[in-house]
Amino acid sequence: MNKKLLSGPYMIWMVGFTIIPLALIVYYGMTDRTGAFTLENILAIATAEHAKALWLSLGLSLIATVLCLLLAYPLAMILRSKGTGGGGFVVFIFILPMWMNFLLRTLAWQTLLEKGGVINGILSVLHLPPQNLINTPAAIILGMVYNFMPFMVLPIYNVLSKIDDNTINAAKDLGANSFQTFWHILLPLSVPGIISGINMVFVPALTTFVISNLLGGSKILLVGNVIEQEFTKGSNWHLGSGLSLVLMVFILISMALIAKYDKNGEGTTF
Amino acid sequence: MNQPLIDLQHISKSYDGTMVLDDLSLTVKENSFVTLLGPSGCGKTTTLRIIGGFESPDSGKVIFDGADITSLPPNKRSLNTVFQKYALFTHMTIAENIAFGLKIKNKTKAYIDGKIKYALKLVNLDGYEHRSVESLSGGQQQRIAIARAIVNEPRLLLLDEPLGALDLKLRQDMQYELIRLKNELGITFIYVTHDQEEALTMSDTIVVMNQGYIQQMGSPENIYNEPENAFVADFIGDSNIVPGIMLRDELVEIFGAKFTCVDKGFGTNRPVDVVIRPEDIDLVEPGHGTLSGIVTHLIFKGVHYEMEVTTPDGYEWLVHSTDLFPVGRQVDIHVDPFDIQIMNKPASEDEEAIGVNE
Repeated sequence: MNKKLLSGPYMIWMVGFTIIPLALIVYYGMTDRTGAFTLENILAIATAEHAKALWLSLGLSLIATVLCLLLAYPLAMILRSKGTGGGGFVVFIFILPMWMNFLLRTLAWQTLLEKGGVINGILSVLHLPPQNLINTPAAIILGMVYNFMPFMVLPIYNVLSKIDDNTINAAKDLGANSFQTFWHILLPLSVPGIISGINMVFVPALTTFVISNLLGGSKILLVGNVIEQEFTKGSNWHLGSGLSLVLMVFILISMALIAKYDKNGEGTTF
Repeated sequence: MNQPLIDLQHISKSYDGTMVLDDLSLTVKENSFVTLLGPSGCGKTTTLRIIGGFESPDSGKVIFDGADITSLPPNKRSLNTVFQKYALFTHMTIAENIAFGLKIKNKTKAYIDGKIKYALKLVNLDGYEHRSVESLSGGQQQRIAIARAIVNEPRLLLLDEPLGALDLKLRQDMQYELIRLKNELGITFIYVTHDQEEALTMSDTIVVMNQGYIQQMGSPENIYNEPENAFVADFIGDSNIVPGIMLRDELVEIFGAKFTCVDKGFGTNRPVDVVIRPEDIDLVEPGHGTLSGIVTHLIFKGVHYEMEVTTPDGYEWLVHSTDLFPVGRQVDIHVDPFDIQIMNKPASEDEEAIGVNE
């Protein structure tokens, strides 16, 4: 049988579900309602409302990414020190929530954080004043960190677990203390995993609209919400596509960074 | 000069209830080349890691140049290690790898640059400063690992099967290279290997280990020619280990034949093990030797023929000789008295030849 035939289904899939939709977005993004070429939809990002959403998205996803990194790196180090047996089990425990639906997980946080929610319920039992937790940027960051953290842990763990114990022993043998060993050996060797993890967290965080919908209410608009609304409520596909193209630039920058720092695909987990 | 540099005192170590080292004591003199030799799991690598500081013993002390370093972390010990699979830092150039220990110690750039040049020259890799680790062959990486260790001017260099991953020819070259390095630098080497030939070639002193115990310690000649028990005799080179009865001083009976030997002090009519190296057996015409047999096997090995001679009791004697005796030929076995080594019967399992219990 001709081997090329085997790739047929994938080609159809790629063309039908990736290339054509992308081409449509480019087409819609660069035309107006009459079908005439325009850059207005793309330049619309500069309007106060859209720019604010974009900066907020960039800011929140940046904070969420940094938090994920700070939480994930020590965890990945602990997993590494557990060895293959113990580490595997902890990784399993860690991935377990990922099998639960993403929406359900985020809704769970909603019930925890909302005004009459579980946390405020506990606070009132303790006679403490209720806190305004939901519909804040902090709640969105929390949702992002919670949902995307495994995507940071796994690539870093993957890279760290491949570092030979003797490489670390060699650094100590040559006089390096624990911090020097981390700074000069472990950290540089785990850069591919860190870069990969940053991308896996930053890109979905930047484009999310579900987390901001559920935990940010209607007051806090991220660029993902703006685009979603243009497609579902405003019915201005042209503007939505134009803003999507702007967002895509940031994603392409991310991918370029991966290609630069993770040449061997060492940080790739999935 | 000949002060003890390392003094291990009653070291014991176990992992998950399995005893790896049991009350091991060992003294290594300054400027010697000591090899820890034994099969995998004998405790040789654990011993080395305890000296290096990567493992701490359950009990016992590590004395380095008179000071107790048992609880000192590896980065505080003035010794360096060459690891089994080189353990080079792949994100650094060769020069950065070699400079690592010196940079940690805040040496000046001029000093470090001089040291890098010197070390690369010493391991015959001049001009490799800016190469990446990946672009080097296994043998070259091993040389860099050695260079990286010796620029720190350690008084003691620990080598954990450093040639294990190299092919035979390269391994032999590196053996001579290591002897040369050792002589040029004048530092003490403790070398771990399971390769008896490597141990015999390079060491001043060989420490044969099995099941966490030192079986014998001595010069290569001493270990080879006068093994103290069946394990050592069997592990170092080929040997015929046969049961015998020490009739009196200098006379041993093997399979009913009386052999004159040079050993004394075993008493009279005492069961012993007798070691005879295959190259020490002379095959002679029937009637001229001590024990008769038939050649049952013959292989050409290059430098010699390897033959098996079966004696009436059924034992197959391994014989190395440059003289050819074809299969089926009736021969006599003759052994010179000083080629017969008498040993006590094994007192414990670890002293037995490998394979006895398997």
